[in-house]
Amino acid sequence: MDRPGLEPTEIDLLLEAVFRKYGYDFRSYARASIERRVRQFMASGGFASVSEMALKVLNDRDLFSRLVRYFSVPVTELFRDPQVYRAVREQVIPLLKTWPHFKIWHAGCATGEEVYSLAIILKEEGVYDRATIYATDFNDEALERAREGVYGAAKMKEATHNYQAAGGKASFSEYYHSRYDAAAMNAELRERIVFSTHNLASDSVFGEMHLVFCRNVLIYFNRGLQNRALGLFTESLVSGGFLCLGTKEDLRFSEVNSFYEVVDRKARIYKRKAAL
Amino acid sequence: MKETGTRYKAVVIGGSAGGVEALGIILAALPAGFALPVLVVQHLHPSDDGGFASHLGRLARLAVVEPCDKEIIERGKIYTAPANYHMLAERDGTIGLSVDERVNWSRPSIDVLFESAALAWGAGVVAIILSGASADGAKGMLAVREAGGLTIAQDPAGAGSPAMPQAAIAAGGVLEVLKAEDVGRLLAGLNFEPLRGI
Ligand SMILES: C[S@@+](CC[C@H](N)C(=O)[O-])C[C@H]1O[C@@H](n2cnc3c(N)ncnc32)[C@H](O)[C@@H]1O
Repeated sequence: MDRPGLEPTEIDLLLEAVFRKYGYDFRSYARASIERRVRQFMASGGFASVSEMALKVLNDRDLFSRLVRYFSVPVTELFRDPQVYRAVREQVIPLLKTWPHFKIWHAGCATGEEVYSLAIILKEEGVYDRATIYATDFNDEALERAREGVYGAAKMKEATHNYQAAGGKASFSEYYHSRYDAAAMNAELRERIVFSTHNLASDSVFGEMHLVFCRNVLIYFNRGLQNRALGLFTESLVSGGFLCLGTKEDLRFSEVNSFYEVVDRKARIYKRKAAL
Repeated sequence: MKETGTRYKAVVIGGSAGGVEALGIILAALPAGFALPVLVVQHLHPSDDGGFASHLGRLARLAVVEPCDKEIIERGKIYTAPANYHMLAERDGTIGLSVDERVNWSRPSIDVLFESAALAWGAGVVAIILSGASADGAKGMLAVREAGGLTIAQDPAGAGSPAMPQAAIAAGGVLEVLKAEDVGRLLAGLNFEPLRGI
């Protein structure tokens, strides 16, 4: 932070250059977070300034890919916020059951922990076979790990605890098998999941959905991009479909607020009103 | 030290083990109508569900808010970082939250808040590091100091866990070392002309 006056401008130039050259748009990301990531990436790569780094990124696709992965922050957990899964189990699934077949979209699924967590709930409620689950992210590397569904064994203790807090009906260990220091999620949890690349900043609507999960992704966007993503969800949800956001993300101040009613305020579960 | 207050834009406070007690003393000393926003990172158990904010709310005269992402920062309100989220100050005067990796084994991290505050408000920041058994906040204090802000460490001698203020002092970013009671008094005086005769 030697030149606090200059650096924000250099960061603007970096993001603009990345957009023009590679088509990835980080200009509308939440500023303080993305600046932090830029500065850390700069330090880790030994660059003297953001401008120097920008030039290298423009001329080196591999470096660019690493930067994108660094911006993506695929940090997630199995059964993060257990009360949310409990609310889905108790308040959403009974209504999903009224459709003979339903579609779920996990937007920004990172390495997939959230997708497997919900799959377990669907199994336990006896509706898994009626679901088609789309798990998307713009980070290919994270998606690949989601597809594999192998997580660190060290995480299983907390996951088990959270699974129980989410109202789990079985023993959590039934859903994975241990391999050395890793835990591989059961392949049958994956049967109805389709993993694919989708960028909320540039891609368009993704089918007709009955439930959209987009948790802790919007916090990385500015208001404009948040409204774009929420617009996609609103367009793709059937009337009576559900939207579930992160526990610190709120629809109240968004452009789409009037299209929803609150199902569970704490769990940030909303229901798409019938189109007028 | 005499401060007129007009140059300050925000107060940021970081605490860990033993910090809640000091925080209570400081926040209780702030008068209704205190003219700056106060942003607090206290290391919490990840499952804390607003309990900490309610606790502070009972002690303080100012409103205590556990903010949502993009919440507009208002003067005279106390914002506490939610468990399991980093809290950042944005230049446009809103709060940003993130679930980035832990920093110094902590989320929320004090460094993350303080460094963002230094970028958002520069010399307008008052940063206070309280009791804790960690080194979180030491870099953030330095960033605030380098930006020209006022940096205060709770006196390690009176802190439940002295390591955190000590680490900040050792890193070189601390301007004043004060007891929690005196921090409260100093803050309360920042924006108000002292009463005649006191
Ligand atoms: C912090 S993770 C959240 C993971 C999970 N939903 C959870 O709450 O645990 C954020 C994810 O959003 C993804 N993301 C960020 N920007 C995106 C975009 N423009 N399009 C799609 N995914 C994006 C990142 O790649 C990352 O995997």
